[in-house]
Amino acid sequence: MATEAPAPVLELAVQGALLLIAGLCVLCAYRVVAGPTIPDRVVGLDAIATNVVAIAVLFAVLTGRPLFVTVSLVLAIIGFIATVTVAKFVVEGDIIE
Amino acid sequence: MAATLTTWIEIALIAVGAFFLTVGTIGLLRFPNVYNRMHATSKPTTLGTATIFLAGFVHFGPGTGLPALVGIAFLFLTVPTGAHMIARSAKRMGIPFESNVTWPELPGTPEDDEE
Repeated sequence: MATEAPAPVLELAVQGALLLIAGLCVLCAYRVVAGPTIPDRVVGLDAIATNVVAIAVLFAVLTGRPLFVTVSLVLAIIGFIATVTVAKFVVEGDIIE
Repeated sequence: MAATLTTWIEIALIAVGAFFLTVGTIGLLRFPNVYNRMHATSKPTTLGTATIFLAGFVHFGPGTGLPALVGIAFLFLTVPTGAHMIARSAKRMGIPFESNVTWPELPGTPEDDEE
């Protein structure tokens, strides 16, 4: 069940969700570009990172490869580290001295 | 017929997750303040991505889909932590609140009291 092609209804639903979440990433990129303060941009980048995690899980369902669930886990870890590091950096300046 | 039921459960979970992600993005675009936007992205994004992780767990079964449950636990631990870090650094940068919102001044904390 894990490696065969998904049913056509499920494939259509996953492709529609992929298109929708890609559009949501573009809308979050508006907040990254035009946000009035720096924490606005950090919040937008955090939302984009979480959307990319969801995109990786949907891609795993679409292609039938469970490896991409692990890829999404690594993306979640990198997004969390990036958020914490930038949130410390905008206040204190240097992180690595 | 069990595979068909699994397929419909997955489609329902993906639809709920996409709905929550859409709500979070609308809040990110429309709310007036950094703190409101951070509130709007952290909770619906966590719920939506956790629901999509759950759809992946239903699709791959309990053996190979176990990293999806690990991902749900990781999201529920780290997304509030990141939102708290962003809010604290925004407060320390001096970004003002909305009209009559105040930061909770605890008596035992000497930091965070300079404006």
